[in-house]
Parts: sequence; C-alpha cells; structure tokens
Amino acid sequence: MADKVNPKPSAPAPGATPGRLGGLGKAELLELLRRMQLIRSFEERAGQMYGLRKIGGFCHLYNGQEAVGVGAISALDLSTDYVLTGYRDHGHALACGMDPKAIMAELFGKANGSSRGKGGSMHLFDAGRHFLGGNGIVGAQIPVATGVAFAQAYRGRAAGEGAKPTGATLCFFGDGAIHQGAFHESLNLARIWKLPAVYVVENNQWGMGTSWKRVSSLEEFHRMADSYGMVGVDVDGMDLLAVREVVAAARKRALDEGIPTLIEAETYRYKGHSMSDPQKYRSREEVDEYRSRDPIVVLKDRMAEAGLVAEAEWETIVKETDALVDESVAFAEAGAEPAPGALYEDIYATELQP
Amino acid sequence: MSVITYREALNRALDEELARDDSVFLMGEEVAEYDGAYKVSKGLLAKYGARRVVDTPITELGFTGLGVGAAMVGLRPVIEWMTHNFALLALDQVINEAAKMRSMSGGQFKVPIVFRGPNGPAEYLAAQHSQALASYWAHVPGLKVVAPATPADAYGLLKSAIRDDDPVVVLEAEMAYSWKGEVPDEEYLTPIGKADLKRSGSDVSLITFGKPLKMVLEAADALAAEGVSAEVLDLRTVRPLDEAAIRETARKTGRVVVVDESWPVASVGSHVAHLVARDAFDRLDAPVELVSGEDVPMPYNHGLELAAQPSVAKIVAAARRALYKES
Repeated sequence: MADKVNPKPSAPAPGATPGRLGGLGKAELLELLRRMQLIRSFEERAGQMYGLRKIGGFCHLYNGQEAVGVGAISALDLSTDYVLTGYRDHGHALACGMDPKAIMAELFGKANGSSRGKGGSMHLFDAGRHFLGGNGIVGAQIPVATGVAFAQAYRGRAAGEGAKPTGATLCFFGDGAIHQGAFHESLNLARIWKLPAVYVVENNQWGMGTSWKRVSSLEEFHRMADSYGMVGVDVDGMDLLAVREVVAAARKRALDEGIPTLIEAETYRYKGHSMSDPQKYRSREEVDEYRSRDPIVVLKDRMAEAGLVAEAEWETIVKETDALVDESVAFAEAGAEPAPGALYEDIYATELQP
Repeated sequence: MSVITYREALNRALDEELARDDSVFLMGEEVAEYDGAYKVSKGLLAKYGARRVVDTPITELGFTGLGVGAAMVGLRPVIEWMTHNFALLALDQVINEAAKMRSMSGGQFKVPIVFRGPNGPAEYLAAQHSQALASYWAHVPGLKVVAPATPADAYGLLKSAIRDDDPVVVLEAEMAYSWKGEVPDEEYLTPIGKADLKRSGSDVSLITFGKPLKMVLEAADALAAEGVSAEVLDLRTVRPLDEAAIRETARKTGRVVVVDESWPVASVGSHVAHLVARDAFDRLDAPVELVSGEDVPMPYNHGLELAAQPSVAKIVAAARRALYKES
C-alpha cells in the first residue's frame, strides 16, 4: 500500500472499488496524472519561451483545462478513433501521445518540428497518432471532424447499410466556437447521417475577452444538442474521471447506435486567451476560485485518498515531466532553421508542371 | 468517338470513377434523388446507391468542410456546389482547410478532393447567380483549378481531378452543359496544367479558358475572313498555368488578346497579361489586350447582361487594336 499524501480520513466515492478509481487501476491513473502534469509543465515552459521570444505569434495555453483533453482522449482507441481541435491544441496533442520534443520544436519554428516549422502553435498534427490538428479558424475544425466521422461511417457501411463505423471522431472546440454556423451545420449533418462523432465544447468561460454569458442565447450549451436530436451531456471539466466516463459513453453510443453526442465540459483557462492578453475582463478572485478546483490537484487528492499515489510517486512524475520538457526545449534549441528550399515544399502532394 | 454533351461527358467521368474506386463519392445539393440540379449526376444514385451519391441539406460550409475531413483520412470526395456562387459560403473550408492542410502539417496529409459546379454568367439570373469566380480559386496556393471548355476536356479533366491527390476546383459552365462535342470512346485522362493549342495562327494570339473558348473560336473565324491568322490557346487549367504555352504563343505572334469572362481587376486574365509582359516583352508589337467581363455586378436585363460579358465583336475589336487595324 502506498503512503498517503493526505492522511485525513475520507469516505471512498460511492461505488468505488478498493485500489481502483473510476474503474481504473493505479498504473492507469498514474499515467493520466502524468499526462496532465506533462501538459501543465509544457505550457508553463512554453509561456516562458514565449517571453524569451523563442516562440512568436499566437500561443494559446491550455493550463487549467488538462482534465478535459486528457480525460476525453483517454477514453478513445487511437488506432481507430481520431481527434481534432482548435488553436489551443498543445494539450490535446500531448494527450494523444504526440512527442513533446516535436511540438516544442514546432513552436520554435524549427525544421525538426512536427510540421517542419510550417504550422506553429495552432497547427500541430500527428497523422500516425490520428491527431488531425490544430486549427486556427474558430469552429472550422467542426465540419472537418464531421467529415472524418463520415469516412468512418462510410467505410463501415461498405459492409452493408447499418454496419458499424470503423471508429469514432472526437472534436474539441471552445465556447467561442459554438455560435459559428460551422458548428450548427455540422451537428445537423452528423445526426441525419448517423455519424460516429463526439463533440466536446470546452467552456472555459471566456471567448477571448467575451464572457459566454453575454453572447449565448442559452445558458446550457449541451441543450443545443436537442435542436439536432442528439444527446447532450454536461460534465465537470475539472474532473478527469467524470470527463472520461461521459466520453466513453458517448463513444459507445456513436459506435453502437450512430448517435452523436454534444458534451459540455465546464472548465477554466488560467492564462490569458493568448500571450498578448492583459486579462482586464476578469478578476483575480475568479481565477483563484477555479484554481481551487485545479484538475491535477483534484485527481491527485482523490488518488491519494484511495491510496493510489504516494507523495514520492507524485514527485517522480513532476521530476520526469519537467525533465521531458527540458529535453524538449533543448531539442527545439538545437533544431535547424528550415532550409530556404523548404518554402516551396509541402504545398502539393503531386508535383505541378515541370 | 461519340458526339455527346458536356453534361454527359461529366456524367460519364463520374460514373467511371465511382465504378473504379469505392473511396470516391459524390455529395451535394440535389445530386441524388433529383438526379442533379443540372442533371450532371443523372442515374448515379440508381447505380451506386445513397452511400456513394449523397444528397445534402443546403449547407455549403458544412458539407464542403465535411469533404475535407473525409479526404484527410483517405476518401476521394467529389463535392458538387450547385453553382460556384453558393461556394462563397464555403470559402473558409476551401482556402483555409483544403488548400493549406498539407502545408500546415508539414506534408503529413494529402487532401484528394474535387469541388465542382457551374461557374460564370448564365442568362437572366442577375448579380448573385451570374458571375465568374475563377480568380477566387486561382489565387490560392494549394489548390489546382481546371476550366474545361469542351465535352472532351470536361471528361478528361474531371477524371484527372478525381484521381489527383490535391484539392482540385472544377469550373464548369451552366451554358456549356448542353454543348456537344466529340469525345473518344476509350478511357483517357486530360493532364492538369497543360494548355491546348486549339488553332494555330501567325498574326495574333487569343488566349482564354472555359466557356468563352467557343466565342473565341468564332472570333478567330471572323478574323480569318478578314485575312487575319489568329492562334487560339485554351489554357484548360488556370492553376497551375501552362506558362510555357503562354510564352510560346506570345513570342510567336507578338500580339496577344486575353479573354476572361471574370471581372478585370486581379483576374486570371490580368495575370496572364502580366506573364505575357514578363516573358515576351521583347517580342511584343502591341500592348496586351484584355477582354473581360465588364467591371459591374451582372444586371438582369438581357441586353445589359450581354453587354457586360465578352462577345465575338469585342474579341475581334481587341484583335484589330492589337494589329493596329482600323475597326
């Protein structure tokens, strides 16, 4: 039995099995905790590197929202499922298992970056890990993700109408994207064609500097699912296990019944919209309130209460993830600038006329 | 060799490619149960079923973007826009997604998708339904853009577009759907990026693409009757342009008339004129002429709408100016 970080007595969660939490054993839970901490550490360092002007342009950090990305993606099978997101994409990329070295090098604009320095912060991709971006236009990834789900249904139905899709597609976007036509058109298409899509709106409370409350006709985003005959679910986005559970259920519904789901995850971004955001629109108290529900602390405390993480194990996670981020920065620093000839590469898959 | 319509040529290309490759599907408004707003997809639903020939709601942004996603994971969507006018609602998905996905991902993805539908002025349709938008697509790196002017090229270019691993925009023409022409019976592909010398001549070069080719050939006949030998180059593809063919004809005759039914500012035609100036300046005997659509929204009135478009008379007059002949 591992040492308890927090020795105060507490009742186990209802339905909890000794030695398990949310149906997961210690090793799996530690891995989820590690992924969240890797994101946190990576984003802190990305912010520092931005300050040092190693990273330019737009850089949108995911601190505070880790439970949504890691929890949701942990419910997938990335050998058959796909993930798409918007421009705040470092966390989702890491949660898909993308190499932090290639990501940091991409933020640095180096040739050894994941997009060879052509994409930057908003355009991370990893074809092999089924991570399809990384999209800079608010909401534009939603029709694209719907098309990936269409392909999964299309391939499945080659075996006959009603046959199961080959996988499911998870699409993340923020509260700022939910009023785009792209969102509404996509949900309708997903429903009429019974596509295996799971849409996750990460309501981090602020669309840049605009409170979602000022710009939404509905107070509950998940109710928008009703307009399209889909299932709508809301979940505490600061609770990884809760997110994982609703996404797992939505994925199953998508695969088995062809019913898409809209999941509303309430969360919070600790940092500004981008690096250039002075954050005059929100109070220190509001930020502190959400920080008191920090997703990493929440999971770690629950694990500690259940005897599933010892302080030493946590310290090891912090140390190892920090070291990985150090390594990523070194990799990015050492990377070469793209060769001038790279300018005209990667534009077309088949060469143009000679 | 069979004489068939432009519409039938497109239909044959779609039919053959749907039969050849299960990853090809056709999607758009009215393409299935209605058999196509312009009957280009006639009979395809009956033959291939609703999985392969898919009716959509009226949601251009949505189904265009859906096609991009499907292409990223290996399908070969053919997205039909009822007309290019309505594709303006989907510009973001074409320009920001389809065209840039490969570059933004450092070459990780290809996007083998076709966007097609009628482009350019028709009749009595007024400003929103009658406009030539070639330059919107031709402007964008990452796209390929073809503009078949004959049934033979409609067939061969659409087949090439479907097999191409990059996004290809096909500019068809409502007025051309019923035009007839000879199409070889055996299967063939028309290469993307290659112009076609329609008529050899020595006095003046007439360079065009798409629907205006027909009137350009009539203009060449009219000029021949005056003793002027006009060369006619059909670009067929407007991105990438066949710069070598443009250079060659311009240097050969030294007098160039570019005909493009689009508006004149920042158009494919104006760019071709630039290429001529760049590549044949030392051989030019006259300023390059551009016969374009007039710089106005298309009016409804028939007389006015005809006046707003290129015509045989305008092309002949431009050629005469290039030849310093009295008009």
